[in-house]
Amino acid sequence: MKFKILALLLVSCLAIGIAGCGGGDKKDNVVYVYSWGDYIDPEVLKTFEKETGIHVVLDEFDTNESMYPRVAEGAVHYDVICPSDYMIQKMISNNLLQPLDFNKLPEAKKNIGEDFFKQAESFDPGNKYSVPYCWGTVGIIYDKTKVTDPVDSWNILWNEKYSGQILMQDSARDAMMIPLKLMGKSMNETDKDVLAQAQAMLKAQKPLVQAYVVDEVKEKLINSEAAMGVVFSGEAPIILKENPNMAFSIPKEGTNLWIDGWVITKDSQNVDNAHKFINFMCRPDIAAQNFEHLGYSTPNIAVRDLVEDEELKNSPIAFPSPEVYSGQETYKYLGNQMDEYYNNLWMQVRVDS
Amino acid sequence: MFNTMTRNVLLTPFLIWAVLFIFVPLICIVWYGVTDYDGNFSLDNMSLIFERGYLAALKLSVELALISTVVCLILAYPLCLILTENRRDNTTIISLLFILPLWMNSLLSTMAWQTILESNGIINQLMRLLDLPTFNMINTQGAIVVGMVYNFLPYMVLPLFISLSKIDKSILEAAQDLGANSWQTFFRVILPLTIPGAVSGITMVFIPALTTFVISALLGGGKLLLIGNIIEQEFTFQYDWHVGCALSVILMIFIVMNMLLTAAFDPLKEEGDG
Repeated sequence: MKFKILALLLVSCLAIGIAGCGGGDKKDNVVYVYSWGDYIDPEVLKTFEKETGIHVVLDEFDTNESMYPRVAEGAVHYDVICPSDYMIQKMISNNLLQPLDFNKLPEAKKNIGEDFFKQAESFDPGNKYSVPYCWGTVGIIYDKTKVTDPVDSWNILWNEKYSGQILMQDSARDAMMIPLKLMGKSMNETDKDVLAQAQAMLKAQKPLVQAYVVDEVKEKLINSEAAMGVVFSGEAPIILKENPNMAFSIPKEGTNLWIDGWVITKDSQNVDNAHKFINFMCRPDIAAQNFEHLGYSTPNIAVRDLVEDEELKNSPIAFPSPEVYSGQETYKYLGNQMDEYYNNLWMQVRVDS
Repeated sequence: MFNTMTRNVLLTPFLIWAVLFIFVPLICIVWYGVTDYDGNFSLDNMSLIFERGYLAALKLSVELALISTVVCLILAYPLCLILTENRRDNTTIISLLFILPLWMNSLLSTMAWQTILESNGIINQLMRLLDLPTFNMINTQGAIVVGMVYNFLPYMVLPLFISLSKIDKSILEAAQDLGANSWQTFFRVILPLTIPGAVSGITMVFIPALTTFVISALLGGGKLLLIGNIIEQEFTFQYDWHVGCALSVILMIFIVMNMLLTAAFDPLKEEGDG
């Protein structure tokens, strides 16, 4: 008897495996989506499947850098991807994306704010390849009970008073952005002397830093592990909600305005479905649902009226006034060599002791 | 025991396994390590160890791995002595206690150490409750050593325990009959007999400690990079397999050197050891 059950299990596993492989044949009914972890409300995907009959296969990534080689190597074929600004530019210049057909994206044309399309031109000239999905800034979250100085400048991250109480982002571009802005330079700087100066500032700061973090920053700040930390604006509302001692500030020297956007891959097998998917994500009700699930700012201007949570609706962090983002820079792709150069500079800071 | 024919047949599955999953990957790693992006032979990736401060990371890795190994040895040896002395009592329970941590995912237990050692962590909260001074342990070399010792102690205990329990009681009785006091028995009989166990324990602790990147990433706060972290970063973030493989090859050379060194201290030269 036991053997029979086992055999049955094995056979059904095999059958599922074969069906899984065979699924690719029904091409007009699938769309392969590759997006950041927890970046879409699962309910939204169910609604999409119900309304269109298109099955969504969702894979997730945690950094632009880990996503890129998988797509570039062509090991897996995705239709729709959601990379960030500079990575979209990198993918365009390496011929991995196809131009979007905006006739198939009426909701995107109607609902995505013009400001955001304009900002997106810095990495996608002519807005040919991408539709903005989420955006945000980078700022400092600080503990009002511990930080007595005004937090309006990146300078505070070099204040020795807060030694061992500072959390920094562990990523080359985000780390270098801060000293570059402090020096009044561009965050897309390519002058090696300037970059060396920025690196020296980070090395000088290292003894004051408690840790270089990525996602852990949320938990650490909620638990008051540090007095201040560099965070993405989308993470701020959650931290403020959980820990009322905290406040969020965008330094006056300027910050990175990042935009994540939907793109379609060059070798997409389901181009029509991909467009349907992107169009669906731009629908106000769907965008609102995603927004309430994520808390990241949305470029979809129709969303604010639909948000039910009053607190979120009036949050200046989730819906900043235009002054916050006008004039801010967005990361650009600086070429493979410069990418590597930035990474090496950052690696040296981290190895330095 | 078996004739040559049966022996070959029985060996085949393992040989296939070894070729597919040990030799082929090893050759790939060395190949990537000594070629550049265009596939030409080049030792540039290897020489990178002398730039970018990677040598400092390797030095730190060796230091912390050595400290952890010594701590494990100091903790494990007396424990195993006690365990083997009262063999009839609660040995099973105590040895189970030491194997128990191995049942839990090491990633989880390391994360638990994170919450224990944090500045608002369990230890410091307790200290505050008792009005004792708090201390800062997380994101230091000490925290990484704690993590290593916790994770790898069982690998020191087990071989030591086995080699200690293999010692025939009559040998110890003979030593006492011939007039050796307990210190002499320990230094001239027990210690030499357990060196093989200690050697395999040292190897089993030192090598994973040298190559770990999870423990240092979680308990070092991203500020302390070991060679393992650098290799991991080269693969996942920089996507430079050539540098990653070159550094892995250098690390392997270190490990082989370590094994040769420890084998040289092993007086019995047990067959198949290491």
